Amino acid sequence: MISMTPRKHIPLSLTLLTPTIAIILTLLAGAGIFGLLGFSPLGSLYTFFIAPISRPDQIGDLLVKACPLIITATGLVFCFRANVWNIGAEGQLVFGAIFSGWVALSFPDWPAMTLMPAMIMASIIGGIFWAMIPALLKVRFNTNEILVSLMLTYVAALFIDWLVRGPWRDPMSFGFPLTKMYSDAALIHRIDVPFVGMLGQLHWGVVGALILAIFGGFVLSRTILGFQIKVMGDAPRAGRFAGFSPHLVTVGVMAIAGAAAGLAGMVEVSASMGQLQPNVSFGYGFTAIIVAFLARLNPVGVIFAGLIVALAELGGDHAQIALGMPKVVTGVFKGILLFMLLAGETFNRYHITLRRAAPVSGTQEQ
Amino acid sequence: MSQKSNASGSHPQPLFEAVGITKKFGDFTANADVSFRIHPGEIHALLGENGAGKSTFVKIAYGLLQPDKGRLFWNGEIVSIRGPQQARQLGIGMVFQHFSLFDALTVAENIQLAMPAGESIASLSARISSISKDYGIEVDPAARIHNLSVGQQQRVEIIRCLLQDPKLLIMDEPTSVLTPQETEQLFSVLRRFAENGLAVLFISHKLDEIRALTSRATVLRRGQNVGSVTTKGRSNRELAEMMIGTKVKDVARQRAPANAKILFEVKGLNRAKANAFSVALRNISIAAYSGEIFGIAGIAGNGQDELMAALTGEWRAQQPGVIALDGIDISISGPAERRVAGMGFIPEERNGHAAVPSMSLADNALLTNHSLAGVVRGGVLDLAGMRAKAAAIAADFDVRLPEPNPLASSLSGGNLQKFVVGREIIKVPRVLIVSQPTWGVDVGAAVFIRTAMQELAAKGSAVVMISQDLEEIFAIAHRIAVLHDGVLSPAVSATKLTAERVGLLMGGDLADATNMASGASA
Repeated sequence: MISMTPRKHIPLSLTLLTPTIAIILTLLAGAGIFGLLGFSPLGSLYTFFIAPISRPDQIGDLLVKACPLIITATGLVFCFRANVWNIGAEGQLVFGAIFSGWVALSFPDWPAMTLMPAMIMASIIGGIFWAMIPALLKVRFNTNEILVSLMLTYVAALFIDWLVRGPWRDPMSFGFPLTKMYSDAALIHRIDVPFVGMLGQLHWGVVGALILAIFGGFVLSRTILGFQIKVMGDAPRAGRFAGFSPHLVTVGVMAIAGAAAGLAGMVEVSASMGQLQPNVSFGYGFTAIIVAFLARLNPVGVIFAGLIVALAELGGDHAQIALGMPKVVTGVFKGILLFMLLAGETFNRYHITLRRAAPVSGTQEQ
Repeated sequence: MSQKSNASGSHPQPLFEAVGITKKFGDFTANADVSFRIHPGEIHALLGENGAGKSTFVKIAYGLLQPDKGRLFWNGEIVSIRGPQQARQLGIGMVFQHFSLFDALTVAENIQLAMPAGESIASLSARISSISKDYGIEVDPAARIHNLSVGQQQRVEIIRCLLQDPKLLIMDEPTSVLTPQETEQLFSVLRRFAENGLAVLFISHKLDEIRALTSRATVLRRGQNVGSVTTKGRSNRELAEMMIGTKVKDVARQRAPANAKILFEVKGLNRAKANAFSVALRNISIAAYSGEIFGIAGIAGNGQDELMAALTGEWRAQQPGVIALDGIDISISGPAERRVAGMGFIPEERNGHAAVPSMSLADNALLTNHSLAGVVRGGVLDLAGMRAKAAAIAADFDVRLPEPNPLASSLSGGNLQKFVVGREIIKVPRVLIVSQPTWGVDVGAAVFIRTAMQELAAKGSAVVMISQDLEEIFAIAHRIAVLHDGVLSPAVSATKLTAERVGLLMGGDLADATNMASGASA
């Protein structure tokens, strides 16, 4: 019989030990799978985990990859803590990119000092706009925000597709579905680290993402806003008793998540693409859901979870290129990694004992 | 049931016996070497404070928990009860203190889940209706559980057990939501069971009931079996002292205040039904004086929840002029604003309403203090202040903590209730609105809570207490009004009332209401 009792106190050593063991188990399982498929187990693991971050510039690229995930997941943590299931961050991210793109394309002559803040504001408004549709429908008509936000994702994807193929297409793009390039003032620049120089694609947006996650952690744990969100998520009736408005919290967390996702869209386009294209996001809005849960809905944890997931993504790409490993195998390996980390979490939180059944059960013993 | 008449003869062999049951949760021993036996046709009481291990023992008997040590016997044969399904097959039925019903399903669907597969909802509904008529416990089989009051949900639990034709019926605090008349009805049902040779294990804190209904009692104290005693011929005090191991202090009603002014007033409060199963409030008026405990009696499901929500501000009147605190209109203020105005609220349900189980006591202190000055500055919480506040509440109100600032869910029911009560009383609110202050709380904690409310009233505050426990109402309320079907009777001085008369009003005998009103004079 297996019995699970919640641990009253979780020692720090355990908190550090469980992910370590989870990663070791992932490596063992991964080595087994790679071996069975005829790849060199150690070589594959190296390609997956070490090769993508073996040079300083690659570490910069890892941070860049994690950047939209960290920003988006920080916003989603607020939603999920309030028990509001916003699955549509992908669409909100796209709308952030569209709104900021409009500013960038409309005012290419503005200096960075005014253009950049205007684009940031526009991306936040765009993300909130798209998040308000499921939020207000939920508050007004009690619709299911999972369905509405998810379906709006596809609307957003088709909308930007139409924009870049139609009204916003650069006449000089030789028929490619691309807008004009942003002006230099609309781009987020790479960081020139003192004494080190450029670290791959490392840009200022990464710094913003880290600050945002830490600020999010502060808001959630130390402010009345975060308290309201947590109470509404854990015990809505107690929240109403405290005098909090369930509707305000729903709208508020959707706005926070929409704003964050919109911002991520703006950063991604301004730092990595320089123009709008049909695909401004590569599933970041969905991957961010995994990141949020891997971080146990803790904004500071989002930083680490974002890096782990980004490494798994980069490693997968790398293994496909370097070893010709099929995409599905890299997907399975990513799945094992997440499974092990989440399972380790269970061992962390619960005291699990295996034991023989109690003596009363032994009817045939007598 | 006819085939069971052969069991009614003298039976030397116990129907059910437990020997040396031990159950631990982590470091905590809930049951230590508990032994117990019950014979066919016996009504046996299980007595003990909250946290004494009664619920654990009963869950083991019903197969919900497996003991770490010990043996269970059924008709003299050793058995292992692996789950409720098996317990029901043996013939053990149970009515829980905390109901195990699915909120989203109907009464009939819930009962169907516990029955052998194959019976249609229609035929089951017919049986539910007939059995509920037989025993005078009416429930609509098509009603959804989330729309039922606590009292009605308990009726569903009782009917579910009755339908299974049990040989041993375990009842965990079954009378806490019934009127004296209904309790008497239930007792006659249980006595009929016993006459038919069925055994009833009856758990209650109400010592009067235990003495009236049962012949023997097994007393648990902190998980230990203190002994089995005959209940007849013992006083409440004797039984209570066995339970808690120390002397019990009585709570006597304090004198009504003289020349007091009205502190809290409700005038003509109306509230439409929110859905088909809720109760409309009709023209409710309350005038609570400074220094007074104003008792509102009534059976569950007669508008208590709706009234409580209207008083806390969780539901608000659309127009002013309905609720006033010391002459200042607060009709359209929410709970936070009403607290700032000097009110305190203690709702009936501790878990998920008065407190958030997954949060620490400091966070739970914040729940009803966040709107007060100095607690939140520029949006940032005073966490250290709240921790100090939670510690102060725990110290003043005898809340026993397993560790500093524990999660609310790690406290026992009585301890959490003391915290929730203390959280409001420590603020010395000018008006305290409280619902079922001692529901599911042990004798010691109940005495403590009632005394704390009396002390608050003595400081000049007004206390409005909604309670389904008549003993409690008569113990401390100065004036009593009865809520029935959303209508509140005029308040009458407690000294001019008897429990029987209030019981009639609780049952809806409005002819008596006029007598009661005529007897009312300040």
